Amino acid sequence: MTSLPDLVCPAGSLPALKAAIDNGADAVYLGYKNDTNARNFAGLNFEPKTMAEGIRYAHDKGREVLLAINTFAQAGRVADWQKAVDAAVDQGVDAIILADVGLLDYARNRHPQQRLHLSVQGSATSYEAINFCQREFGVRRAVLPRVLTLAQVEHVIKNTSVEIEVFGFGSLCVMNEGRCWLSSYACGESPNTVGACSPAKYVKWDKKPGVMETRLNGILIDRFGDDEPAGYPTLCKGRFEVEGETYYALEEPTSLNVLSILPEILKIGVRAIKVEGRQRSPAYVTQVTRTLRAALDSLRAGSERFHVKPAWQAELAKVSEGSQATLGAYNRPWR
Amino acid sequence: MNGSFTIPKFRLPTFVASLGRKLPQWPHALALVGGLNAALKMNLLPESELALLEDKLFRVRVLDTGGEACYTYRNGLFRPVFSLQREPDLAFAANLSAYLQLLARQEDPDTLFFSRELEITGDTELGLVVKNMLDAVEWPKFSARLPLLRH
Repeated sequence: MTSLPDLVCPAGSLPALKAAIDNGADAVYLGYKNDTNARNFAGLNFEPKTMAEGIRYAHDKGREVLLAINTFAQAGRVADWQKAVDAAVDQGVDAIILADVGLLDYARNRHPQQRLHLSVQGSATSYEAINFCQREFGVRRAVLPRVLTLAQVEHVIKNTSVEIEVFGFGSLCVMNEGRCWLSSYACGESPNTVGACSPAKYVKWDKKPGVMETRLNGILIDRFGDDEPAGYPTLCKGRFEVEGETYYALEEPTSLNVLSILPEILKIGVRAIKVEGRQRSPAYVTQVTRTLRAALDSLRAGSERFHVKPAWQAELAKVSEGSQATLGAYNRPWR
Repeated sequence: MNGSFTIPKFRLPTFVASLGRKLPQWPHALALVGGLNAALKMNLLPESELALLEDKLFRVRVLDTGGEACYTYRNGLFRPVFSLQREPDLAFAANLSAYLQLLARQEDPDTLFFSRELEITGDTELGLVVKNMLDAVEWPKFSARLPLLRH
């Protein structure tokens, strides 16, 4: 029997949390209803009472709850982030996912027993950075940004005893996690500062006959014909005019999907596979969790006979942004 | 969703919409508002988010039936609006099958939006509030007997 990486699934609401657990997630990750996490969207996330119910539900079934406090404490309000850490410890989450080194230091000193994970927003792409966080803050797991090739992920794993978590499925952005300010360029707010990329209050979908225009704080991001798939209204996925040509100058709307390289991911010793999408609905969580669970379970008997079932790919393609998927940086020939 | 019943993607014949548009629209609004108020009475909708809906004007348009419903939320109740005096704050447009798939939690609104099967126009943040509020509803156990509410 091969030991499998944990399947870590998103929960933006209690029904989504239950959907993840019921469909085979080993762990769920979630956040408070405020700007201490990078999916601070209106109506999303958990009040402490609902979170307690979610934690109970997961623990009753032997699964873990990871809490993301993965934005950066803002000047004059550091106490808000520290209180979130204290509350998370009180609530009994299995791990807190942090990005801000100041908060990592606070959590380590105030709650030395609490398991800490380094968020993807912490932007650690080298084993040196990860080992530093282990030495200084006792970090037990690091979530890798989606910029590394599979060979580079393997290199990191070989040189650290910190558990490594990688993204397995979900919407791709410019893969510059924790260091991206494109949203701030357009509207003065970004995931690092307010917990949201391209906040909804700046987004306008303008439907005209035969075309839909997307604007972010008045800036035209894209123009879709009626039959074209759409994406999230972020600058990185806009079509812009560059030297007389209009095209996706940074990246196309797309989702990462690692189904085809799951055996390699297992082989190099990845400890957990993460699904993006706390902003998505329980239906998405159900579909993606169920599919990745089935794919992972089929690897228990060994990877020799692993093959990606067309039904899995179809299910994941359907929920993908822009209705298309990619292996992203994992299979990039260049570094 | 337990997978025993799947709502297919379908589109009603175009004559349905041309007929539907000629029929009175008030029954749709009454039915929708009735359902929403029933959810209110069961305390399924969180008060903090409901406050954000106060006095907002909503329109739900079913493209292939030609039906539409307009409503608002005021003083703790959803209320039908029979003649729009201004553009709605938030408008949804989709075919019937997309709405049924959403209600059954069979499909995710973002998925339908990406594939252009669901159109959302107006105040985007308000749209997010409504979407996330409905996603967070824990449908009571009896819904397991209603195919459209099964999740």
